[in-house]
Amino acid sequence: MTALLEIRNLQKHFPVRGGFLRRVVAQVKAVDGVSFKLEFGKTLGLVGESGCGKSTLGRAILQLQKPTGGQVILEGEDLTAASPARLLEMRREMQIIFQDPFASLSPRRTVAQTIREPLEVHHIGTPAERNRKVEELLQVVGMRSNVLDRYPHEFSGGQRQRIGIARALALNPKLIIADEPVSALDVSVRAQVLNLIAGLQREHGIAFLFISHDLSVVEHVSDHVGVMYLGKMVELAPAKEIYRDPRHPYTQALLSAVPVPDPKRKSKRIVLTGDVPSPMNPPPGCPFHKRCPKVMDVCSKVVPPVVDVGSADKPHRVACHLHS
Amino acid sequence: MSGQPLLRVRDLVVEFSTEHGVVRAVDRVSFDVFPNETLGLVGESGCGKTVTGLSILGLIPSPPGRIAGGSIQLDGRELVGLSESEFRRIRGRDVAMIFQEPMTALNPVFTIGSQMTDVLRRYKGLTRRQARAAAIELLAKVGIPAPDRRIDEYPHQLSGGMRQRVVIAMALSCGPKLIVADEPTTALDVTTQAQVLEQIVKLQQEFRMSMILVTHDLGVVAETCHRAIVMYCGRIAEKAEIGPLFGAPRHPYTVGLLESIPRVGVHEKEDLAVIPGMVPDLLHLPRGCRFADRCSRRQARCEEALPELDGDDESVTRVACFHPYERMS
Repeated sequence: MTALLEIRNLQKHFPVRGGFLRRVVAQVKAVDGVSFKLEFGKTLGLVGESGCGKSTLGRAILQLQKPTGGQVILEGEDLTAASPARLLEMRREMQIIFQDPFASLSPRRTVAQTIREPLEVHHIGTPAERNRKVEELLQVVGMRSNVLDRYPHEFSGGQRQRIGIARALALNPKLIIADEPVSALDVSVRAQVLNLIAGLQREHGIAFLFISHDLSVVEHVSDHVGVMYLGKMVELAPAKEIYRDPRHPYTQALLSAVPVPDPKRKSKRIVLTGDVPSPMNPPPGCPFHKRCPKVMDVCSKVVPPVVDVGSADKPHRVACHLHS
Repeated sequence: MSGQPLLRVRDLVVEFSTEHGVVRAVDRVSFDVFPNETLGLVGESGCGKTVTGLSILGLIPSPPGRIAGGSIQLDGRELVGLSESEFRRIRGRDVAMIFQEPMTALNPVFTIGSQMTDVLRRYKGLTRRQARAAAIELLAKVGIPAPDRRIDEYPHQLSGGMRQRVVIAMALSCGPKLIVADEPTTALDVTTQAQVLEQIVKLQQEFRMSMILVTHDLGVVAETCHRAIVMYCGRIAEKAEIGPLFGAPRHPYTVGLLESIPRVGVHEKEDLAVIPGMVPDLLHLPRGCRFADRCSRRQARCEEALPELDGDDESVTRVACFHPYERMS
């Protein structure tokens, strides 16, 4: 089976200009050679700390920010080579949900206008059909149709996120990139939105790329999980495997750092020293070697290759010299 | 939890006047903080946890806010009604505050050293040289590498985690008896959060301080606090020691909160338990229990009357609910 989405060696470098002539003095390698596949109707969780490149990766896939290298293949077609007109057509298949439900909805548009917009952009249906579709979408995300003519400021964060989800669903996409969709929400509302997303996937077979810094949320929603550090994917495995048996020292530290709401569980915590280095001048060799508790000589010299330590049905890719 | 409480809050009421009417953000909240204890204040946005913390330091912006009733006693001294200049003598020396966003607590145009030594010289009467030495020692205590160099840097030169450590060092600098920490690690990444929390727990024991930790994260509470208060809509829902709070929660809201968190290491791609509905608007509160319309154990009485905490004695779990879950025996 071909995958819905395949990313090959994707790069997004941002030039840093400085000096009198504003010459390019350095490159921020926000995404640096990431590859993965996402199957139809599945969820890939992307985790990492701020600045690891996970959001940039999401935007580069949608071509909201043009990748500087590599390929994004959606249903066999390379988006990086597509013409602007073709790209617009292909955008029907992939939508995005943003983190901040306060910033991602226009304050001047009613709920109906917001949700209808993608249908208008893509010239789908007659005005009457569009209105019917909007009402249907509101029902799908669990809102009543009496909110159609209201404005975003009249809603709570959770409700706004539902409106954003309804907008993303308007074109029946096959892929939704959800960039921290529940991070701005309170615990009790967060569970409601997570269940909504899970239900949509079951009923409509939508694949999700779920980007989050929250490891427990990612574990809950994902089939596979990728861990990013300084623009690179350091580990990628089935969700169950990565939490049961994390292989990369960074993944191990990240998992052990999550505070657990159970006072009886006294976990062995791996506390890392130091901070994430600047992606402008990442250390040579393995990007994690300066903070790694298991660092070896080779780590500061050679970039670790990606190796598969899993089995045929459960691939488990890790980029670490301990396993190569 | 023994002896006299260091802080005694009784029937605290804080109100804010808004365009649409008076909002009661904190409604008759009572609790004690004992020496060397960390008390967690947990709840979702708008539950009144931060406002409770701010009122202890006299930091409620007035207007629009005001303490409309109740008492806050620190070591037997009443704080409600103190003037701004009286509060200024208490802040820093007796009670210090750590805010969520370290950049707002630090002045960007002064070096860390000058901000720290200012405080030390004013409150402790140290000379310039003594203050600098003391500041370097404090920076080392909170785990800042090369403190003798870092002290001459500006806040923007430090990472988020380092900045929060500096803020913690400043809060500690006059040896307060009580620290109010409002979401001290919420702006930090998980691995940095783990470092800073570990440091906070260590320092709290070393300096023998009491601490009020305001947070929305039940995981942080479980790992750092001795007791915790769960707040909902300005009122205390449940007040308990950490063991019973997580092992045998009694208020339906606490139970709902705990069930709705996905947990690391428990991989089930199933639906999470959900608390239906939303937090009510503080301007249009129901007559009865504020959690009633979201509660699975609701009965007629819950919509008629507002439940109060079932007692003052803090040695057992206290709950404000007409139909709480059973106490574990």
